[in-house]
Amino acid sequence: MIKNVMSPILDIQNLRVEFPTRDGKSPIKVVVRNLTLSVNAGEVFGFLGPNGAGKTTTMNVMLGFVNATAGDILLFGTSVRLPIARQRIGYLPEMTYYYKFLTAEELLRFYARLFRIPRAEAARRIDWALKLVDLEDARRRLIKTYSKGMQQRVGLAQALINNPDLLILDEPTSGLDPLGRMKVRQIIQRLKDDGKTVFFASHELGEVETVCDRVAILHEGELRAEGRVKDLVAQHQCNLEQVFLRVIGCQN
Amino acid sequence: MNEILAVAGVVIKELYRRKDFYVLFILTVLICAIMGSVNIFNDNQIIRYLKELCLLLIWISSLVIAITTTARQIPAEREQRTLLPLLAKPLSRTRLILGKFFGCWIVCGLALICFYAFFGALAASREHQWPLLNYSQAAFLHWMALGAIIALALLGSLVFAAPSSNATICFAFVVAIMCLGRYLDLVALSLHEPSRSILYAIYFAIPHLEIPFELRNLIIHDWPLVGWTFLGLEALYLLAYTAFFLVAACLVFRRKAVN
Repeated sequence: MIKNVMSPILDIQNLRVEFPTRDGKSPIKVVVRNLTLSVNAGEVFGFLGPNGAGKTTTMNVMLGFVNATAGDILLFGTSVRLPIARQRIGYLPEMTYYYKFLTAEELLRFYARLFRIPRAEAARRIDWALKLVDLEDARRRLIKTYSKGMQQRVGLAQALINNPDLLILDEPTSGLDPLGRMKVRQIIQRLKDDGKTVFFASHELGEVETVCDRVAILHEGELRAEGRVKDLVAQHQCNLEQVFLRVIGCQN
Repeated sequence: MNEILAVAGVVIKELYRRKDFYVLFILTVLICAIMGSVNIFNDNQIIRYLKELCLLLIWISSLVIAITTTARQIPAEREQRTLLPLLAKPLSRTRLILGKFFGCWIVCGLALICFYAFFGALAASREHQWPLLNYSQAAFLHWMALGAIIALALLGSLVFAAPSSNATICFAFVVAIMCLGRYLDLVALSLHEPSRSILYAIYFAIPHLEIPFELRNLIIHDWPLVGWTFLGLEALYLLAYTAFFLVAACLVFRRKAVN
């Protein structure tokens, strides 16, 4: 048990990502510079940074959407370049509009098939996930009839369908009303209590302070701060939002 | 294979929950029913014209279904951002492309069964005969040709940004091949070098979709069946183009950043 808690589930090693620029002024743009960090099992890890800091690009490399220029990311010890590395993760992207012509139940069954989950087990997990995100009553309604909050929750359900050991959430509360945010926060809290590892990017620093064990702050592609939320708050003697502003150089 | 079938299943669900097929089918039925209800010039052979018109409408409808359905698959996944959770699963890009292809191809096959069943009923109402083998040969090669067209549209959806431009280009390309493809070698004969060689190269490179298109004459003019060996070779020829376009689509998609 102790060994499981201490072993890194996510290991980012000297990650560098460059993109060609379109303006022609410089040949390349460095989006992530030599990023190194790791996330241990059972942690809720907040990945913070202003817009354009390189958070989403790092997540895109993590998920195999973009290739790293240098360095590597290991998920459960396997390079993300191999599709099998994604067998034990769940991912909720920001602002996704799921297939409008499917019901929540059909959507989850489809994703369960991609993980080759046996039919009976898939049915059990669909029930569990829909109950967790409070969508049991709407399970047979087409997704096109869902509100934004319900769409985000069905997204969370799809991320949980394979009972993942690592959950990657990109702005999970973005665009939600206070009630929707509270529900998503409660779900993350429940997952944390169940011992799941959660890695999420968010601009809601109050929320991050409430649910995260550790955070990393990225700015202009570089890691500017990393540590336990309690330690960072104690070190700077202010709340996480002020720590964030100081670290990125917007406040003294 | 399970992942490919799962992706194909979603494409099939999308198609039967959208109205495209129903609209085209009802339109074809209405036009043919109206044309069939009048006896122009008291011509006893008018059924041939009716059959020709009906088969032309079936070809047009199937092309519209195949191209528009396929052209929007990947762009819609990108636009709605469903491509992200999909590729975050242990699903390779090649399997996603194959799933989309098989989904569209199966849907077109099901649509063809409906269209040819209607055609058979229409023809039988006048001629009182069911040349099932002729129908099967024409429908089979029609479906094989749609396979190559679907694979081409899938490749186009990865190259062109907008589904509408891809659909227009694919449609123009396919119609041009069907109408002009067979004459390219004759035109090449009348040209000087290097135009002659270029046109010859194009003639041999393009998929000759006019052969399955012309096979509809089997059922219009009650011609005898084509040889099964010819049918098999023609199917293999179309499958080779399908495979070529699919491999190209997979290679293009593998190199594309998804962000």
